[in-house]
Amino acid sequence: MAGSGGAPLLKVVSACKEFSGVRVLNDVSFDLSAGEILGIIGENGAGKSTLLKIISGIYTPTGGQFFFAGEPIRTGSAAEARRLGITLIPQEFNLVKDLKVFENIFLGAEIRSGVLLDKRAMITEAKRLLEKLGADIDPREKIENLSVAQKQMVEFAKALSHESRVLIMDEPTTVLTPPDVEMLFSIIRSLRDEGVAVIYISHKLREVKEICDRVLVLRDGEFVSLDRTEDINVHEMATRMVGRELSQLFPPKNEPSEEIVLAVEGLSVEGLLSGLSFSLRRGEILGFAGLMGAGRTETAETLLGLRKKSAGTVEVMGRTVDISNPSDAVKLGISYLSEDRQGKGILVKFGISSNISLVSLARYCGAAGIINKKKEGERAAEYVREFSIKAASLSTNLEFFSGGNQQKVSLAKCIDTDPRILIIDEPTRGIDVNAKREIYYFIHSLVEKGLSCILISSELEEILGLCHRSVVMHEGRISGILDGEHMNEEEIMFHATGLKESVFAPARAGTDA
Amino acid sequence: MERGKFRFDIGRFGPFAALFVLVVISSFASPYFLQTRNILNILRQVSYTGIIALGMTFVIISGGIDLSVGSLTALAGGVMILVLNALGAGWPAILAALGVGILIGVVSGALTGVLVTRMRIAPFIVTLGTMAIYRSLALYISGAGEFRSQSRIFPEIGMGMWMGVPVPVWVFFLLAVFFALLLNWTRFGRHICAIGSNERVAEYSAIRVNIVRSMAYVICGITVAISSFLLAARLNSVSSTNIGVSFELDAIAAVIIGGTAMTGGSGSISGTLVGAVILGIVNNMLNMLGVSPYLQGTVKGIVIIIAVLIQHKRKDSR
Repeated sequence: MAGSGGAPLLKVVSACKEFSGVRVLNDVSFDLSAGEILGIIGENGAGKSTLLKIISGIYTPTGGQFFFAGEPIRTGSAAEARRLGITLIPQEFNLVKDLKVFENIFLGAEIRSGVLLDKRAMITEAKRLLEKLGADIDPREKIENLSVAQKQMVEFAKALSHESRVLIMDEPTTVLTPPDVEMLFSIIRSLRDEGVAVIYISHKLREVKEICDRVLVLRDGEFVSLDRTEDINVHEMATRMVGRELSQLFPPKNEPSEEIVLAVEGLSVEGLLSGLSFSLRRGEILGFAGLMGAGRTETAETLLGLRKKSAGTVEVMGRTVDISNPSDAVKLGISYLSEDRQGKGILVKFGISSNISLVSLARYCGAAGIINKKKEGERAAEYVREFSIKAASLSTNLEFFSGGNQQKVSLAKCIDTDPRILIIDEPTRGIDVNAKREIYYFIHSLVEKGLSCILISSELEEILGLCHRSVVMHEGRISGILDGEHMNEEEIMFHATGLKESVFAPARAGTDA
Repeated sequence: MERGKFRFDIGRFGPFAALFVLVVISSFASPYFLQTRNILNILRQVSYTGIIALGMTFVIISGGIDLSVGSLTALAGGVMILVLNALGAGWPAILAALGVGILIGVVSGALTGVLVTRMRIAPFIVTLGTMAIYRSLALYISGAGEFRSQSRIFPEIGMGMWMGVPVPVWVFFLLAVFFALLLNWTRFGRHICAIGSNERVAEYSAIRVNIVRSMAYVICGITVAISSFLLAARLNSVSSTNIGVSFELDAIAAVIIGGTAMTGGSGSISGTLVGAVILGIVNNMLNMLGVSPYLQGTVKGIVIIIAVLIQHKRKDSR
């Protein structure tokens, strides 16, 4: 049955889970052997996360049997799962931001000498783990000072510090750049060779194909198929996930106009960005590619006035502007979709309507400053229809939503201000292929209407498939602006890694400033 | 989802249900309880801290806390009486005193706001500090004694009735209506909830976080000034040592019992109003049943802890 033979380490027989009478997982069975990598794929809401949470003891299943090395598992106990060596690396980070890296890695399993903490030992061990991961992170750094990708590395180090026999990874590569992904894969493979069983959840089917021995497909909480990876191609995986044929993922590209809506000249931020110059045309999608920490998100934050620029000028519609806070940016028609959906994008305790109107609330207010909730609700209902957002009601808290639906609300919130310039940062992180496609087509329909878009993405496929041109950043500087035939996977990676530095700023892109 | 919704309603109407149960029990426990005079008495007693609790609701929803309200009651009240006496104790003097009191509330609220937002000091610490400062200033100005009003008409406000209902109760109810409108139906109210829910998201959503947070403390300061004015008018004096002692406890308790989350992000003015009345009824019943006044603090403490426990239960049982 299994990859490297032997009795299964983990066996799940007809697992079921209901929430308030709604069956989210129905009769799912699979097994997993030591030294095997099992991929689990499915759309948002297919039941992947629920299954993981049952295995790692966070949820109590409503039905089914669970065995570890032949012995029944006491379900619904995280402590039991930890004792068995089942470790979950969650999609949303589980780190204490006020603590240091090494303190987080050993949280709950501190190394002590006598009654006192042995900080030196923990720092040394943390350093060793991080080095094994190829991550250049000081164990004494505070979590809040780390980038998203670095936090992910800390999560890995934390998982490695436990004696894990089953390692469950939920969307581990969403925040990683291609070289980091390669690094991660070699780590996963070496863990497998040491006999660790790995469950690998991802929306990136190519990665699943590459790294996994077998792949389990779930749809609407039901088991669809379980195959050896060599017997199934990426296209079949996608079709099984969705339950129908997938049409073209990316929309056709439109022709942007010559009009420059945003011109940035020599933009710098002390210690972060230096001398950025680029321009954005009306109806254009301008990609921002680069490795983690290259300064792409920081560029967006500077344009929004969230960071103080030390030099440079920004022109919007040909007028030099001074943006010192996000509300200035909104007034100028600039809107930003954050890469950190739950941390900076949406309020999970708010409903759909009040999230969508959060920035644009003024337009729903009457003369006396009273909110017209009817109008607000109607507008939200329009977005729900337009984006096919799945929700029980407009007032349902977003915490009950899948990632894809949350992202659609977040996008609706960004465009409800009627922006001229939309900056979207990793818009499809952690969402399924169907929702991705919907978002791509939606961005396309916006630029067709004359909006301009800056797309920051770590997925090269997205940059290549969607953007007219691409800025590539490396260590806080622009290493290249690519277009036409120069915009391909290799050129972007050469520039992103700093191996090549050239600005193919074509004349028609209008470097007039 | 259906059940989740049902739970939400219980959370929202929990304080009302508790109030109803309490009224039923009390009316059985004492025949005197439901008499108009007793009810009005309870309402008048709770209105002073109740008014402050309305302002405190905004502060707590924004994710903060204000411990200085009791001391500020003493300081603002004392200064108001000084102004009143200095200006001849007539109607213009009363209005001027009220104006100065509100100004003190605004300034102290703004000060807390600046320290919390610009200097990034925890609100608990800031207001612990101002709590000591305001009380000490009140003591210093009065020489640790009483501020006595020489006005004959001032007490008429404090003791006054309109349509058979005491003036402070009217003020309490009207302010509650006004603040409920402000919280639920205006941008400011929405922004306060957003900030309390996730400050980072609010900042990225172009909300002027520092200004809105500071405004919550300013509102709280204003409610303290109004409460202090009514209290001073009732007694026609302000004792620098006694007035406002443990007001912060009563105000915070009313907010929490009213169902506003201690973690911020959501809450309701109607809940706070009910919370204040619940506290008043509990005190009233303990008095009527002859329980030692020294034990009333114990009961109050237990009620607060139970209210928070229920809040936690609700959050966990998702």
